[in-house]
Amino acid sequence: MSAPSPVQTTQLLGRGKREGRIFQVLCWMSTWSSVAILLVLLIGVAYQARGWLDWEFLTSFDSRRFPDKAGILAGLWGSAWTILFTILFSVPIGIASALYLEEFARDGWLKRTIQINIANLAGVPSIVFGMLGLTAFVYMFGLFGAQGTFQVNQLSFLGLTIPLPLGRCVVAAALTLTLMILPVIIVASQEALRAVPPSLRHASLALGATKWQTVSRQVLPAATPGIATGVILAVSRAVGEAAPLILVGATTFVLYAPGNIAAPSDIVENPQGLLEAPFDSFTVMPIQIFNWAQQSKPEYRQHVAAAGIVVLLAVLLLLNAVAIIIRYRSQKRLNY
Amino acid sequence: MNAARAPHDDANGGLTRRFTLSRAREQVIQFALLLCALVSIVTTVGIIFALVSESVVEMSGSGKAFFQEVSAVEFFTETEWSPNFAGAQQHFGILPLLVGTFMVAGVAAMFGLPIGILSAVYLSEYASPRVRSIIKPVLELLAGVPSVVYGYFALIFITPYVLEPIFEDVFGMEVEVFNVLSAGIVVGIMTLPTVCSMSEDALRAVPRSLREAGYALGSTKFDVSVKVVLPAAISGIVASFLLAVSRAVGETMAVAMAAGNTPSTAVSLLKGHQTMTGFIAQMSMGETPQGTIEYKSLYAVGLSLFVITLVMNIVSQQVMRRFREVYQ
Repeated sequence: MSAPSPVQTTQLLGRGKREGRIFQVLCWMSTWSSVAILLVLLIGVAYQARGWLDWEFLTSFDSRRFPDKAGILAGLWGSAWTILFTILFSVPIGIASALYLEEFARDGWLKRTIQINIANLAGVPSIVFGMLGLTAFVYMFGLFGAQGTFQVNQLSFLGLTIPLPLGRCVVAAALTLTLMILPVIIVASQEALRAVPPSLRHASLALGATKWQTVSRQVLPAATPGIATGVILAVSRAVGEAAPLILVGATTFVLYAPGNIAAPSDIVENPQGLLEAPFDSFTVMPIQIFNWAQQSKPEYRQHVAAAGIVVLLAVLLLLNAVAIIIRYRSQKRLNY
Repeated sequence: MNAARAPHDDANGGLTRRFTLSRAREQVIQFALLLCALVSIVTTVGIIFALVSESVVEMSGSGKAFFQEVSAVEFFTETEWSPNFAGAQQHFGILPLLVGTFMVAGVAAMFGLPIGILSAVYLSEYASPRVRSIIKPVLELLAGVPSVVYGYFALIFITPYVLEPIFEDVFGMEVEVFNVLSAGIVVGIMTLPTVCSMSEDALRAVPRSLREAGYALGSTKFDVSVKVVLPAAISGIVASFLLAVSRAVGETMAVAMAAGNTPSTAVSLLKGHQTMTGFIAQMSMGETPQGTIEYKSLYAVGLSLFVITLVMNIVSQQVMRRFREVYQ
């Protein structure tokens, strides 16, 4: 290979410069395209929802025939109940798992197996969790009911009646969502626990505290902001998720809220509803949006669905804002 | 252990292995935590049991399993999927669903991967901290938008305002209301944040010295980025690619809304195609009675989906692990 002449060298350099410029512009365009996509999406949805999103939309139930009378109330209450129970189930189990893995488990096959298992569960499609929920919670493996191994239909105590099998109800959905978001919560909590400096643990142990006292009174409070952020992100995933709930039976067209509690005043008038709600059938916001977007009338397809999306996104934004505030405040307060 | 046998312990009740209430409490708590950690293992076992018991071996007393009624050969070679028909018209060949699924995933990959990887290069090699501080939250927001919203976006915006003007008005091709292309594009947008952040991590893990060596040899920024940094981070990028495709395969709502419900083996991007996830969603909306062959076909498709995504995720993790070993 002969050395390039000075003219060739300048040409080569020029070409290199041009290539570099083009490449940089391409990269720049790709990067900002995600901002453009987000803006188009948000503005487009807001534009379609304009005039359709009002107080009536938030406070009325769905309507099969009149688009201007359709509302998201059933979805709002359904989502609220489902998420409440999802949080109740997933947060204690998730944090406890993370504590075991980070603070108690010895390095060995058990810890490794659980860890690999969690990583793989995080990649399982959400609809597969729906199939698990359908078999395990809605039908309970066919163990109960008339043809089941156990001939019982319900469990009653303290005025609470639990149907067996659970059937298509709020609790079955919450259990399904719990299994789906557990890996996310565990991984986030593990990271938060790992960020707590070992010196804190050593100091506590050196003062004579037991392992559990150290973990519960020193490590856990120090890791709380990190855990809370992870939990909120996981929960907002559950709020927007519809696929597994189609399987565990969120109904598309519902004209009541779980337990017939459609306003805070109903709780006072009908306290029994609080006990019935967890085992009532329900719908959630994403399922309602899915249903509206599939209607043939353009008013439903375009506008009512868009109004529902704005409500759903507003709820998600609120959750994320809380997560950001927690992260910001903890950064200011804690300095290791 | 040795402390328990030390002579002074027995005398003054110090560090013995005696049973005390607080020690028992510690043990109980640790055991409770272990039980919680085992929930994830039980979940995996539950998923496998649920899928296998309805599709391969009958275990829950609900009659024959799917593959005991339909042969695996038919399932994998038949080219027609028509579980809702009766008698001789009823066919269970998963091929049409696989074609639909991989067409959507392919479009998503062609759309999401280049943009994701170029964005990652920009963020790691070119962008100022200020630009990063804008783009990173935007990507997080994109990742946080629920998939029904993307389905709506495909149906109401991409098909009528992007695809129809391009393909109908310019090329004169017919665009169906439900089509693979719009579904693929939105799934591509959904996978973009994953690809971008994983690739960026891989690019940032490439040691500085490699870049500096490139510059010292007279390379331009373009040469260093494309010929040094990208090849050095290739395994991380491949891992992000595999993860993104597996996400696209498992994506449900956006695909169920935008890609339509027609199982078909014809490769056509502007027509509707049913995917595996789309079939599961459509079938379970219809409240199929438990125990019928249609109901069990749900689980056979679910099992196929589970196996495909699991294999892709495991390969992705293996590739990632190799990439970690190189620079540590």
